[in-house]
Amino acid sequence: MKDGWETIIGLEIHAQLSTESKIFCGCSTRFGDEPNANTCPVCLGLPGSLPVLNRRVVELGARAALALGLQINERSIFARKNYFYPDLPKGYQISQYDQPFSERGELEIMTAERDEGGHPKEWRPFRIRITRLHLEEDAGKNVHEGLPDVDRYSYIDLNRAGTPLAEIVTEPDFRSSWEAYDYVNYVRRALQWVGASEADMEKGNLRCEANVSVRRIGDEKFGTKVELKNLNSVRFMQRAIEYEIERQINLIESGGRVVQETRLWDERAQETRPMRSKEEAHDYRYFPEPDLPPLVVTGEFIETVRATMPELPGARLRRFVDEYKLSHSDASLLTSERALADYYERAVKASPNARAAANWVRSELLRELEAANLSAEASPVSPEELGRLLHTVEEGKINAKQAKDVLVEMFKTGKSADAVIQERGLVQMSDEGEIDRIVDEVITANPKQLEQYRAGKEALFGFFVGQVMKASKGKANPKIVNERLKAKLSQ
Amino acid sequence: MPLSEYNVESIRSRIASGEESLRDTVNRSLDAAERLNEKLNAFLEIDRKGALARAEELSANQQAGESGLPLAGVPLAVKDNICVRGLQASCGSRILGPYHPPYSATVVERLQAAGAVVVGKTNLDEFAMGSSNENSAFGVVRNPWDTERVPGGSSGGSAAAVAAGIVPVALGSETGGSVRQPAALCGIVGLKPTYGRLSRYGLVAFASSLDHISIFGRNVRDVAEVLQVAAGRDPLDATSADVDVPDYKAALTTDIKGVRIGVPRALLSEGLDADVSERIEAAIEAYRELGAEVIDIELPHAKYCIAVYYVIATAEASSNLARFDGVRYGFRAEEAKNLREMYRRTRDEGFGAEVKRRIMLGTFVLSSGYYDAYYRKAQQVRTLLKIDFEHAFGVCDAILTPTTPTPAFLIGEKVDDPLSMYLNDIYTCTANLVGVPGISVPCGLSKDGLPVGLQLMSRHWDEAGLLNLAHAYESKHPLLERPRVSALSDSTS
Repeated sequence: MKDGWETIIGLEIHAQLSTESKIFCGCSTRFGDEPNANTCPVCLGLPGSLPVLNRRVVELGARAALALGLQINERSIFARKNYFYPDLPKGYQISQYDQPFSERGELEIMTAERDEGGHPKEWRPFRIRITRLHLEEDAGKNVHEGLPDVDRYSYIDLNRAGTPLAEIVTEPDFRSSWEAYDYVNYVRRALQWVGASEADMEKGNLRCEANVSVRRIGDEKFGTKVELKNLNSVRFMQRAIEYEIERQINLIESGGRVVQETRLWDERAQETRPMRSKEEAHDYRYFPEPDLPPLVVTGEFIETVRATMPELPGARLRRFVDEYKLSHSDASLLTSERALADYYERAVKASPNARAAANWVRSELLRELEAANLSAEASPVSPEELGRLLHTVEEGKINAKQAKDVLVEMFKTGKSADAVIQERGLVQMSDEGEIDRIVDEVITANPKQLEQYRAGKEALFGFFVGQVMKASKGKANPKIVNERLKAKLSQ
Repeated sequence: MPLSEYNVESIRSRIASGEESLRDTVNRSLDAAERLNEKLNAFLEIDRKGALARAEELSANQQAGESGLPLAGVPLAVKDNICVRGLQASCGSRILGPYHPPYSATVVERLQAAGAVVVGKTNLDEFAMGSSNENSAFGVVRNPWDTERVPGGSSGGSAAAVAAGIVPVALGSETGGSVRQPAALCGIVGLKPTYGRLSRYGLVAFASSLDHISIFGRNVRDVAEVLQVAAGRDPLDATSADVDVPDYKAALTTDIKGVRIGVPRALLSEGLDADVSERIEAAIEAYRELGAEVIDIELPHAKYCIAVYYVIATAEASSNLARFDGVRYGFRAEEAKNLREMYRRTRDEGFGAEVKRRIMLGTFVLSSGYYDAYYRKAQQVRTLLKIDFEHAFGVCDAILTPTTPTPAFLIGEKVDDPLSMYLNDIYTCTANLVGVPGISVPCGLSKDGLPVGLQLMSRHWDEAGLLNLAHAYESKHPLLERPRVSALSDSTS
């Protein structure tokens, strides 16, 4: 960003809560069904129908709020947000307004600016204040493509109408697009982690809007903010913010003024464009929803939810560093998903040491999982079997190189470590007499190299190791090979 | 059959004794509905086919030995803003076009399951907004006592149908007195139960925090019978209450000795018709004679009830009526060039003048910059009103007032003066704001031979006490006169 300028960013996230049924009726929230298949008088907004709150929404909302460090209000009020749009069957959205479900959250995450190649420069802790998390219903969707007479008609699919959402609003605490990027990723992971939301932006069950303004450093007043929409991935959001910062600064520096408006990110053109201007500013005329009593959440309920919460990613990351002596980046990677972190901890229990387990999970196992497009939960190699494999290495029965091949085979066939080792006859040769015999053979067969080595060309040591390993068909214990070779070559 | 004998109990016993078949009972009601509709315009839809089919089904079940349905064969009229599967739900508005709801209101389902047979859907002020039935898109309902006069509103069709003896009982809805007021003007009983006693599921919303399904009957006992079946928690209505439903018929002992009746004297002076005043004073005296203790009480904030009511009711209405946008059901203006024009023309052509007036009022009071001065202030005064009632019920068991300031007025008399029309609800709308039950019972006729209504209100959930109070008066002072247009006088032999 240009010197002398500061960026102010606030974020709004809409996350679909992972319930089976909608927030105010019993209809399914399933994705991809026939249009309007999952509807009833309530979510169609038929005259005379009434909303009844799905308690599961409250539970998942509470999990989300606790995961983000928010205070849950004992009493919150649903409110109607009034506006006309064809995908909004009642002419209002049931949301929450001045008495939301939860408020006053504070979160510490790790963030880093990125270099040209997108690589993190330096990780640092960063605090964000979360203003609120409230519960609301989603609207349906207008369809303008792929149906007969779309030039004359618009179609409406109300399957999504009434899907439960948590809206998460931050204070304007972000000063760069990467801070926003790291925050959204953190929220996604946290919501998935506690089972509150699938938080998959591609499926549309996590949506994000950014409010962006710029000001000269030292100015007390915020600049005019622009709302960015159509941010269909975290990366798009980051790019849109970056574009918007530059646009606003250039505009002001060339004597123009930023207009308060909503702009859409066009990923193809890599620019933001003003949304078709509304005829007038919206006055949503919020008022308390008379069809629903106040939502009362007891302290007891909150404690019950808290008791069933898993350890949160931030806390777990810190514990991995402290308890297992992992590097921050290893711990961060291993806590990127709850399933992976769970896998790792089970593997630790079955392994000779925690850092070795981290290395194996982080590199060998993850590579296989990614290649097979599987999550850690679905790994054909159980954490216990991985631990078993590491023990055989530790005990010197096989070497690391062999173990890697064994793991690939285990992954492919689902067989146990012992079974694969036995099948392949892969027991490591640790018998010193046997190894001595091979070492002698190799030395005898390579007099030239022996001469050069003894003349000072120590790099040839590797050549001898390789020859011994080859002669032993890879079974020789490399440690013993090293020892014996050293001893014999210098004789 | 004399008027006093055509009731739920007599229908039951006549069918049971074989004096009249279930089918004939329903058929007689349908005949009367069709015959008198020309004069009264009480019904917007008469379901001869469906009602007779249901009657046959009930008869067959009875012959098969099934018995004990408390309302078997009782003809029921339903206001046309309450959903009955298979029938229309016009809400007295053009905007719903030919709309037929795919489901029935919970209260209707309960009554049907108890054997009641819906004979038709009754006329009303558009979206229940009005006190005279002159705001119906389908013409005014006429008062059976004098067809030049209004039946009251908004549930005028149901009131007229019951008063004229077409049905013994009917469902209406109340937002600010829309059952008690027409009951008073038509000389019948109208009960608005406690908010939350009857499910609102299937009642097309006008103002959700004030709306109640309510009951008409020609006597208190019939109203109690219907309430008994319809009352109770409904999982489909989050505002319906999980409160015990007592035996209402058993509560009708007529023993009211020692019951304290409070009269808010300050409300009974200004604007009260002399005839009405006289009838009410007579009723108060009658209650003394029955052993009740009558005391003066104060409801200091009751004078604000109309103002408060028209802020809250219109605010909620402006939101509730937003769904009538031409997109999914009902009427849609043709040939609109774009979405905005479609909305505008649909709502302009679909809604009547009074509905538009209230939508605009409600939109205004919720607007940013005005919310605090109007909507929030009205809610605060509503709270004060509730406190007034709590105080009053600390010293008395029931509150007595007239139901309306005047008997039925002439058709056209007040159409150009909305404020004077709104004042019709002055005694009734407090009960909607506070949520307490209220009942209107006939208490004689004016000098012009028009019915006058007496209103009683009681504590939350005390419908049993309220019904007994009304029943005690009614038993001692029954209204023996009958309206000029009456199925019962026509068919009496």
